[in-house]
Amino acid sequence: MSFLTITFAVLFYSATILLIVGLARRIRMYVKTPAPLKIPTTPAPTTSGGVVLRMFREVVFFESLFKATKWTWLFGWVFHMALFAVLFRHLRYFQEPVWEPVIWVSPLFKYLAFAMIIGLLGLWARRIFVDRVRYISAPSDHLMLALLLGIGVSGAMTTFVAHTDVVAVKSFFRHLMMFDFSTMPNLPEDPFMVAHLALVAALMIIFPISKLLHAPGVFFSPTRNQVDNPREQRHIAGWARKLEQ
Amino acid sequence: MAKTDFDIPQLEEYTETPALEVGTMAHSKPFVAKVQFQEPLGYPGELPEDWQKQAIDAMGDLLGKYRSLQVYLDSCVKCGACTDKCHYYLGTKDPKNMPVGRQDLLRKVYRRYFTFAGKYFPALVGAKDLTKDVLDDWYSYFHQCSQCRRCSVFCPYGIDTAEISMAAREIMARIGVGQKYCNEIIGKVFKIGNNLGLPEAALADTLEGLEEDVEDETGVAVKYPLDQKGADILLVTPSADFFAEPHVDGLIGYGKVFHEAGVSWTLSSKASEAANFGMFIGSYENMRRISMRIREAALELGVKRIIFGECGHAWRVAYSFLNTLAGPFDFLDPKYPVPQHILEFTWEEIQKGTLNIDKSANDDMVLTYHDSCNVARASRMGTEPGGQFMIPRNVIKAVCNNFVDMAPETIHENTFCCGGGGGLLTDDLMELRVKGAKPRMEALSHVIEEHGVTNMAAMCAICKSQFTKVLPYYGMSMDMIVSVHQLVSNAIVLTGQHTDEDQVSTGDEQVAA
Ligand code: HEM
Ligand code: HEM
Ligand code: SF4
Ligand code: SF4
Repeated sequence: MSFLTITFAVLFYSATILLIVGLARRIRMYVKTPAPLKIPTTPAPTTSGGVVLRMFREVVFFESLFKATKWTWLFGWVFHMALFAVLFRHLRYFQEPVWEPVIWVSPLFKYLAFAMIIGLLGLWARRIFVDRVRYISAPSDHLMLALLLGIGVSGAMTTFVAHTDVVAVKSFFRHLMMFDFSTMPNLPEDPFMVAHLALVAALMIIFPISKLLHAPGVFFSPTRNQVDNPREQRHIAGWARKLEQ
Repeated sequence: MAKTDFDIPQLEEYTETPALEVGTMAHSKPFVAKVQFQEPLGYPGELPEDWQKQAIDAMGDLLGKYRSLQVYLDSCVKCGACTDKCHYYLGTKDPKNMPVGRQDLLRKVYRRYFTFAGKYFPALVGAKDLTKDVLDDWYSYFHQCSQCRRCSVFCPYGIDTAEISMAAREIMARIGVGQKYCNEIIGKVFKIGNNLGLPEAALADTLEGLEEDVEDETGVAVKYPLDQKGADILLVTPSADFFAEPHVDGLIGYGKVFHEAGVSWTLSSKASEAANFGMFIGSYENMRRISMRIREAALELGVKRIIFGECGHAWRVAYSFLNTLAGPFDFLDPKYPVPQHILEFTWEEIQKGTLNIDKSANDDMVLTYHDSCNVARASRMGTEPGGQFMIPRNVIKAVCNNFVDMAPETIHENTFCCGGGGGLLTDDLMELRVKGAKPRMEALSHVIEEHGVTNMAAMCAICKSQFTKVLPYYGMSMDMIVSVHQLVSNAIVLTGQHTDEDQVSTGDEQVAA
């Protein structure tokens, strides 16, 4: 095995562990931290079914953001939807045999790389040119966009310009997943592919320690996930109940 | 117009988002509470030597108790959607009054002490040590948030800066840096029973006076009972209703509605205050202690229902929190929600037809209506989401002929704060209050010009007081503000009321008073 292959094997195992353990711990903390008071932003749904719908609209359409600013919504929504589509298409690098729907959409979805890149550029432009957004940006906010752009551009380069040996890349990851090191092939040493994978590993590592926590966070937001029924049902947190004794 | 040492903003036709100007409001801060206002609430009187450590410990404690705080401090992606949504930013241009700018004051310290990235790469993620300067900024800017939740409507994760402000105020109070206005008032509630410090005898006097006034005017003996055991309904109302204009006209209205509905009701000298400033300072314990008075009063008086008078944040605490803080209310009549809002009651009576209404009594006015933040975005009325918008409007339209709404982006859940909510209704924050009212003033002037609006109805004690004070700064008349139940009061024709023509003009007198 080449040095590069060994490095990336170690890197991806570590990144995966950090991502999963980090996210699991964070989510466990969100689950365990009580919301002592009913604080849904009203008007709010009065049933749990209604809350599921509200959450669905937030996650799939970014409803609140749409109400707030059309430009950010446009770029943000295009970026995220393209991202999810690209990730869906990526299943083909990890599955054997590949799930039918992934095969169907693959030829089309590869163009969504451009949507993702345009979305990211739009968001970055806003961050640079709108004085209010520039004011609230830390270096990490710019770097996060740079990182995702790097992933998007390097990926698109291998897809559209400098093709890589996808079969070898896939085989490498299949072997990692099966913990089978005996017949593991070497990773192709194409610069774009290497950059792509290195940046992806970086993204996985920072995910649970950065603002990317908004992805799990949105589901735990009490202003969005609570049912508006405080008069009908008494809501009380464990620590608050102790005050009653 | 009042004399000022600050510039009063120019009203624009439509509220524009201003370019930011760093530090325009850095000097604004309310008086700090002295020892005697801190201790009754369980807080120390001055900054201890190891205040940093104590503040961080307090933050850790709250992070473990409030999911909102933990999730909101983690989740903000700095998308900027909230930046132009706060009336204080729109009125002051200070970027620390952008909701996310305000949150970041706390978030940068959270990151420094509680997150990996902030501990090891502070410059990268904008993490900061908790220094005296940071504490000063906290005190200043967390007292420039009226906890109106407008930001939470537009944030893609519903991040509610009010939650952050409440936590920050609690942290500061715990290290001896409480706010005088709120804490002094809470002390009065504990000692005397209400925010204004009106003792029982004064209350009884006032209510007797009201009974006489109403009887003189109408010839009908409408009662305003206090501490009447065995009454069906306990009315809990903000203490401003007992004496100030236009609040008291609202109280007169509640009494008339109860009288016509034929129900027995009472006020309580123990729970002679609907307001609960425990929420403003972010203190669950104090909020609970204040709420318990209502439970105790209901038990002592043996009532069957609890109804709240017109007050915004009081309705939030009542509707959203009372069951949590002071429940369960299984000793009350299960036929009615606990608690109810006076507007829910009045609207039901109007629908039942028990009230004899003469709409023309309000014909001298063209009305608009100000949705109070806490009613609009933190509570409900009736059984349907959005009832908090429709029920007050339905009642107004049932008692007035001339009603127009302000622009859609300034009403319902988009409503702009009056500028004085959240524990900021104090003279030491006058500049902030005037500037924060700008977006609402703009929406109001627009309907004055376009539709000849003469009056704005409100149903919150703080909104009413704030507008009364601030309208003159913008060249409008302070008595434009009317209580919703003042309109009801004007239009009700009591059973047996003498019906000579003079009575129709009572509306004018009350408005002009
Ligand atoms: C449940 C899944 C998710 C939801 C609902 C969600 C929602 C949002 C929303 C509403 C925004 C603000 C608007 C914008 O700037 O686009 C945002 C920003 C962002 N999201 Fe997500 N997101 C999700 C998952 C992800 C994932 C998996 C990633 C990255 C791998 C990601 C990366 C980002 C980044 C970098 C920003 C900031 C963009 C900027 O700098 O302006 N999101 N997200
Ligand atoms: C371990 C994880 C990943 C692996 C093994 C991987 C692998 C690949 C490969 C082999 C290609 C080239 C396909 C071709 O030449 O036809 C590619 C393209 C691409 N990748 Fe990744 N990738 C990973 C994660 C990601 C992530 C997390 C993102 C987005 C944030 C991303 C975004 C893209 C994009 C936009 C393209 C170009 C469009 C496309 O072919 O779908 N990749 N990736
Ligand atoms: S809660 Fe209201 S006052 Fe506070 S930051 Fe949000 S919009 Fe501004
Ligand atoms: S809208 Fe929400 S996520 Fe966006 S900057 Fe404001 S608080 Fe942060």
